[in-house]
Amino acid sequence: MVEFAFSDIVWNLLLALRWTALLSVVAFIGGGAVGLLVLLARLSSRRWLRRLTRGYIEVFQGTPLLMQLFLTFFGLSLVGLDVPAWLAAGLALTLFTSAFLAEIWRGCVEAVPRGQWEASSSLALTYLEQMRWVILPQALRLAVAPTIGFSVQVVKGTAVTSIIGFVELTKAGTMITNATFQPFLVYGLVALFYFLLCFPLSLCAKSLERKFHAAR
Amino acid sequence: MAYQFDFSSLSGYGDLLAKGAGLTVSLTVVGGLAGVAIGIAGAWARSRPVPVLAPVVAAYVEVIRNTPFLVQLFFLFFGLPALGIKLGEFQAAALAMVVNLGAYSTEIIRAGVQSIPRGQIEAAMSLAMTPLQIFRHVVLIPALKKIWPALSSQVVIVMLGSSVCSQIAAEELTFAANFIQSRNFRAFEVYFVVTALYLALSILLRWLLSRLGQALFERRRHG
Amino acid sequence: MPLVDLIGIHKSFGTNPVLRGIDLSVHEGQVVALIGRSGSGKSTLLRTINGLEHIDDGVISVDGEKIDARDTDLRALRLKVGMVFQQFNLFPHLTAAENVMLAPKVVKKAPQAELRALAVEMLEKVGLGDRLDHYPDQLSGGQQQRVAIARSLAMRPRVLLCDEVTSALDPELVAEVLAVVRKLADDGMTLIMVTHEMRFAREVCDQLVFMHQGRIHESGPPEQVFSAPQTEELRQFLGGIG
Repeated sequence: MVEFAFSDIVWNLLLALRWTALLSVVAFIGGGAVGLLVLLARLSSRRWLRRLTRGYIEVFQGTPLLMQLFLTFFGLSLVGLDVPAWLAAGLALTLFTSAFLAEIWRGCVEAVPRGQWEASSSLALTYLEQMRWVILPQALRLAVAPTIGFSVQVVKGTAVTSIIGFVELTKAGTMITNATFQPFLVYGLVALFYFLLCFPLSLCAKSLERKFHAAR
Repeated sequence: MAYQFDFSSLSGYGDLLAKGAGLTVSLTVVGGLAGVAIGIAGAWARSRPVPVLAPVVAAYVEVIRNTPFLVQLFFLFFGLPALGIKLGEFQAAALAMVVNLGAYSTEIIRAGVQSIPRGQIEAAMSLAMTPLQIFRHVVLIPALKKIWPALSSQVVIVMLGSSVCSQIAAEELTFAANFIQSRNFRAFEVYFVVTALYLALSILLRWLLSRLGQALFERRRHG
Repeated sequence: MPLVDLIGIHKSFGTNPVLRGIDLSVHEGQVVALIGRSGSGKSTLLRTINGLEHIDDGVISVDGEKIDARDTDLRALRLKVGMVFQQFNLFPHLTAAENVMLAPKVVKKAPQAELRALAVEMLEKVGLGDRLDHYPDQLSGGQQQRVAIARSLAMRPRVLLCDEVTSALDPELVAEVLAVVRKLADDGMTLIMVTHEMRFAREVCDQLVFMHQGRIHESGPPEQVFSAPQTEELRQFLGGIG
């Protein structure tokens, strides 16, 4: 058994934390981009497209992230790809994030008062012009706080990728625990690091939300 | 190379899946009931200017909401024995779900409590009701009614989150799936079917919770 | 030939008919007020004229632009018809000038150089030349409504619809908005308005249209409508509002 000093534990967890952070950023940015497409499809005037995206959102919100990971992981290997864990993790989390963000953003678009649609209609703007110039700029402001709030869920979601073997913070915690037999300390530290990552985001989301409500 | 799907390889495992689903449901029921109870108590504690209790509850809520459920589960299952507290798999899983949902529902119910107009509480105070009586009779029911959809969603999220309890060998639905695919080597088919089961469970749970909400909060009709 | 011509307009909300065959002609430069009780269909009628309410039957024509129940492309109609709303509906993320410039920029693709001048001209017309860069929430209700009028005028509509433009305002702010509307009327703008300001309607309008249960019940010049109502319903309505 390797002797682990406290500082070794912390250092190794910090190294793994980078992967948690990187995966979170990739999933958040990728999920945001895909989510925007899902949002536009969800708001489309074509019924089949609306239904399809509603199903997409329903499936991702109605099944465990772990199952989404497994299906991505094993699904990709079915089509003959040799899938590294990071790829399956990044892809599954991106899709997961896109579904939730699309739904959050749809709520923001619907929160823009009807009068804004009417006023811009009466000025002869087309649907896309209304979206581009009147509705989305307002929805975007509404969306900032809940979007940052959801980023916390993404960071926490990355922990599940440890189960398919992606070595991020949680997996590193398990590996170090197996070597040190100090689960209380190690998982305590793991939790602390997640907290340090997530709590500022939570605070930020909360203060933005308060600011927005005060501004109204 | 074209892959041949083979769902028939799942036959014979129906009992196992049913048992796993049963455990997932049990975990959800325990977690839901105790978690919401904690949420009500927590919201009550935070609504009062009690010196120690309110900040302790606030810290509990923030710690739980800003760490992954999987890490909470590992901490309880692997970490607590270091303090001489040994939990079985089901106990640890159930406890983790209760603790997790307790924090979220504290926050959700608190938002409902805060939405109750000040005048309602002043009216109750003017009728000489105690703070606990006011909370119990005037504040709680309309607050719960208001946040019921958010609370229901959170219960569904916790049910879906229980899937990681397979990692401490609690024999719920995902554990059953892992077991089956280690036997029949048909991972994709197994997880596909189990994912569909989860989807069905979450639709069912949402429906049940909305019916429950109607039953709890519907206005009583006279005559 | 009338500027605005409505022929046989029918409209229901579900099974509830709100417009049951409206014929109305408005000539260039005319100022017309729709009056009647709430639920009489006057606001709905006004909103059909620029396609905010879809009609079930009939024809709307404005300056030669015809729309019937099957049409879905309402852009041409809306280019000719401006609308001012009870709740102003200014775009809160844009300044007063940007509110005015948006549609000319996006819809008419007006060159950048002309846009600012247009905004100045329109806002000066409503007496807000000094409020160009204020956001809506920095303006009073009366000022917001005047910006909304300027925003509509910037599209150079042939006819302006005003839907209870003073109803959401505090009493002391009503006069400034009515003064702007009066000036538009004096300048020869064609106006169709729904209003509860009977004195204003009497002074400014050429024609009053009294609506009752989804039909035009009675109409005529203000003196005639006010001093010699022909029907019992109009008499009751005028009596009711004192």
